[in-house]
Amino acid sequence: MVAPASRRETIAALKIAIAPAGDDERAVLPFGVEAIDERLAHRGLVAEALHEVAPTSAALSDDAAATLFAAGIAARFAADRKAPAFWALSCYDLYAPGLHQAGLAPDKLIHAEVARERDLLALVEDAARDGAFSAVVGEVRQASMTALRRLQLAAEEGGIAVMLLRRRRRPATCPLSEPSVATTRWRIGSVPSGSLGVPGVGRARWSVELVRQRGGHPFSTIVEGCDATGRLALPADVRDRATAADGASIQRAA
Amino acid sequence: MPRGGGWRPGARWARERVATSIDDLPSHRRPAARELGRRSESAPHPFHGSLVPSNASLGTVDASTPRPLILAEQSGRTQLISALCPAALALGLAHGMPVAQARALVDGLDIRSHDHRADQMLLHRFAVHAATKWTPVAAVAPGGLLLDLTGSIHLFGGEERLCLRIRRFFARAGLTARIAVADTPGAAHAMAHHGWDPFVRVPPGRGAEAIASLPLAALRIEPIALEAARKFGLERIGDLIGLPRAPLARRLGLAAIERLDQALGRVAEPIDPVASPEPVVAERRLLEPIGTAEAIGQVVADLCADLCDRLRQEGFGLRAMRLDCLRVDGVQQSLALGTARANRDPHHLHRLVVLRIDRIDPGFGIEAMRLEAVRVEPLAATALPAILAGDAQAGDLSVAIDRLATRIGSASIFQVSAVESDVPERAVRRISPLATPVAWPGYLRPARLLRRPERLDRVIALMPDAPPRRFEWRGMVHRIVAGDGPERIHGEWWRRDGEVWAVRDYFRVEDASGGRFWIFRRGDGMDSATGDLSWYLHGVFG
Repeated sequence: MVAPASRRETIAALKIAIAPAGDDERAVLPFGVEAIDERLAHRGLVAEALHEVAPTSAALSDDAAATLFAAGIAARFAADRKAPAFWALSCYDLYAPGLHQAGLAPDKLIHAEVARERDLLALVEDAARDGAFSAVVGEVRQASMTALRRLQLAAEEGGIAVMLLRRRRRPATCPLSEPSVATTRWRIGSVPSGSLGVPGVGRARWSVELVRQRGGHPFSTIVEGCDATGRLALPADVRDRATAADGASIQRAA
Repeated sequence: MPRGGGWRPGARWARERVATSIDDLPSHRRPAARELGRRSESAPHPFHGSLVPSNASLGTVDASTPRPLILAEQSGRTQLISALCPAALALGLAHGMPVAQARALVDGLDIRSHDHRADQMLLHRFAVHAATKWTPVAAVAPGGLLLDLTGSIHLFGGEERLCLRIRRFFARAGLTARIAVADTPGAAHAMAHHGWDPFVRVPPGRGAEAIASLPLAALRIEPIALEAARKFGLERIGDLIGLPRAPLARRLGLAAIERLDQALGRVAEPIDPVASPEPVVAERRLLEPIGTAEAIGQVVADLCADLCDRLRQEGFGLRAMRLDCLRVDGVQQSLALGTARANRDPHHLHRLVVLRIDRIDPGFGIEAMRLEAVRVEPLAATALPAILAGDAQAGDLSVAIDRLATRIGSASIFQVSAVESDVPERAVRRISPLATPVAWPGYLRPARLLRRPERLDRVIALMPDAPPRRFEWRGMVHRIVAGDGPERIHGEWWRRDGEVWAVRDYFRVEDASGGRFWIFRRGDGMDSATGDLSWYLHGVFG
């Protein structure tokens, strides 16, 4: 028996032993916002993984905030990889000029409208497995554990990010209360914008909660909404404030 | 009072006297200025045809009525009308009339030069269509098409039904077809071009009788021969039929005699058909009937390889294909598939078919399979990006889109492009996923748009151009803390009468809980004709 190493070294050795092969060279898309990136396990969104985004409440404004959050990520993936993103939904109510203002220019986005959700999940999986798109977004109300696992595998196979926009089935139940294999699970809501000093509506502000991430802790923060290239920003008054303890005020997800 | 007491309209004395009595009348009973005998506007020239509709004064000039169209052709030093549309014909213009005369007769003609090459190309396209659809022997004749119907009539249920079909086809293409069916090409040409009816069917062996009453020009003979015949008093084809041939040949020339013989069927006139494009087909006849998906997939893979080999040789890419499976019980199962961009990759085509293989019902077994390229496009070799130089090779998007479209239908996968309209719900349209979309101007727009605007209740707002302070929507009270606007969008008067004065004033507002909405008020708040001042929610910003 060799001399017992220190606890820290043991943990480091164990981490290397259990880490999946090729874990280090996974493509990562940073948000460009230090307050978010430094708390994410890979300092950004892992490209070949499943991510879930859900609105904070059943209100339509929170839903739109979640949509734009996903659109911004898709826009930055599209700009990064120079290929269009793919957005599948069952009832088309997106407004493309609005998505364009979050960075998804019309030639950067291909839509698909599928009536049945089962077909939609299969379509998202196909699109992800194909790997020709830069990112895949699917809007669903319901996704079984099997479907989520398949999506995660498809994302790994195709090497692109799959974002599942979970819309609410019942107003009172958060879709993130169900278990999932997603790498990150986000809950987005809209909050009052900062005062401009003059009458008018300022830049949109969202409450961003990361309720679960693989290999990291949950956190919540407030950011300013997407600009024309899909980038978030930290509001000036939040930037100078001391950060709250990790996961202190988080509504836990499964 | 002038001599003779004659009352001349517009005379000064008459004007003055009448003017006082008119002034006494109430305004609605006063005669129009026109009735007073004074014409301030110039009268139209009586010999000019007027093309302005009579209800022009109502302001509803029908711009959709096309102007009469004539085609002009240079003949010596004058331009003559070589073709004209029915509207021009109804105005009294005629074939062969000088264009200058037509211009003098009718104002506002649409005159274009006659493009014979385009005519020939169109006829050739129709001939190719005829060769693929109606009969394999089809040719372009001067001023028409020549189809050899021998042996293909029974496929269409008789000559009448085929001709009806052909006429319907040309009617769909926007053309009026005149058809004659006769024993010889010459007789058919004469009946089609010079007969009275748009559809003539000459019974077999009666060609000579049918064309006897037609003018000599129907025989396609030279103008010089026509001139000579006129000098001898020969006007109709029937005049030639009984005459001795040798003197006739001396006077009209041998060519005219040959034309006559061709029309009567004494001399053969072969048709030189257009080369019909041969369909690109791969076929496999199987030794044993097959029924399993794996076996069908294997045959499909072989067929795709064969088809792509042929496409590569001919330099084509496939846009649409059809798989026909012939079952042992004689039933044919067909599967139609398309691609978003011309493609001839056998693996890709095979995968497309395999995605839909569950729609084939093999029954007791399939004994023959056939894969046909229904629509092909030229596809040349393309340069690959320099992989060694480090340029990233983007995956072929069309392959991915084909696969997804095979799953959900090609109409359900699309891009969204701009339409030149300020009305939000009209500013977007769906286009094909590989087309090039147009972007929108940078006005602030919501992420989601309600399918139809929803009415807001109990709105409190300062008129005319301040955002509301509160409103109720879907049973919830929203207290507004900030707002931008208005952005005024006018109705599109050229679409509907109801939109002539319509105005929407859009506001972007934020409520106390952080929801940002796109709401509008119908009407500008000043003029009731622009809207009833009701409020609607149209979209949600994130």
